[in-house]
Amino acid sequence: MTAVDGRTGRTGSIYTVEWVPGTDLLLGICHCGARRRFEDPIELWDWMLGHPEGHRSPADPAPEPALTRRA
Amino acid sequence: MGFPVKFARNRWYVAAYTSEVTRELLPRTICGEALVFYRTQAGQVVALSDRCVHRRFPLSESHLDGDNVVCGYHGFTYDTSGTCVAVPGQRRIPRTARVPAFPVVEQDSFVWVWIGDAAEADPAGIPRAPWLDHPDWTAVHGREPLDAPYGLLVDNLLDLSHETYLHGGYIGTPEVAETPIKTEVDEERQIVYVSRHMDDAACPPFYANSTGITGRIVRWQDIEYHPPCLYLLHSRVAPVGVLPNADGSDPGGFHVEVVYAITPETENSTHDFWAVARDFAGDDDGVSDFLRESNRTVVLQDVVALNTLAKVLETERDGYQELSINIDTGGLAARRLIAAQIAQGAGAEPARAPSAAATG
Repeated sequence: MTAVDGRTGRTGSIYTVEWVPGTDLLLGICHCGARRRFEDPIELWDWMLGHPEGHRSPADPAPEPALTRRA
Repeated sequence: MGFPVKFARNRWYVAAYTSEVTRELLPRTICGEALVFYRTQAGQVVALSDRCVHRRFPLSESHLDGDNVVCGYHGFTYDTSGTCVAVPGQRRIPRTARVPAFPVVEQDSFVWVWIGDAAEADPAGIPRAPWLDHPDWTAVHGREPLDAPYGLLVDNLLDLSHETYLHGGYIGTPEVAETPIKTEVDEERQIVYVSRHMDDAACPPFYANSTGITGRIVRWQDIEYHPPCLYLLHSRVAPVGVLPNADGSDPGGFHVEVVYAITPETENSTHDFWAVARDFAGDDDGVSDFLRESNRTVVLQDVVALNTLAKVLETERDGYQELSINIDTGGLAARRLIAAQIAQGAGAEPARAPSAAATG
């Protein structure tokens, strides 16, 4: 099959959201390396795009913030 | 944040297929701008405002004289830049007698038009869909009118789990809704990616009848959305267990590029351009006919659903609540990018003649 290069490659500033296998949770991964799990995609994007506020890289000794739950 | 209704200005939008623009005058409204398209004798595409500066008669109801448009009401004549070069009965042409001309680019079988400040138009910013006119690929296409805000179509296409329920028997199977997605946003390039990889899925008729695969399949859906207008679905199907080689070559895969151009006509209507390109059975007209009819059927299923949804939403009070779940992650990201684009392009207008000095 013929390859045609039409796809656009990623740059360095990628926000990633993975659906955690076997769960209903979403894992947000900021381009700065900060990671956090959410149950709600709106809360996830609010946190993710709020970079750098509340973002800590995995190398940071502070623990990953607790899972948020909706009221 | 709800789905967008307003348009992002200072953006490129697909206005037509290149094959639609000829020596006949073609009217088309893009982002609320009534435009007229035509080709010069040398083949260049021209886009002008479709309203004569004199009494607002549609230039599309007029005729060409060489490369100039002659208004069918009083004969005001415009060149390809929109400048009036002749008026009836007098030699002096008012200084402000001109209509806006819109930057246009032909690329990948589309005619793109710039909506906004013409001085800001950069063709390098137009996203690509090279499969649509590549000699090694075969494409079919169409355009359907949608009586709904374009944001509803963005929502629809960014979440393909609806295929299972709205398009069962064509492209939907249970695995689409059941399979988790991965979403990525490239802020710098303004792209939303949504990927859904199914390792063992039923083969829907759309792919079974076009590829000849009879059993279960590997089915990959990789969305690449360039807001506001261009949506690409990189689709790969193959028999279960058949994967690309380590070097990236993929002789066992069937590749389909499903392309949508989501172009607002008004705040309540949308041009739904769709195309399906494939890298197999390229000379088989039967496969082309099948994919054209099947995809058009799928598009019309979306059109019926979104028209219904638009009517319902018109009756809802402002600030209605909606609920988003995991499948909406990509659509929510798209809404945010579009909202930023709308804010960025606010106030960008094509150059118009100052009305206060209309008599020159």
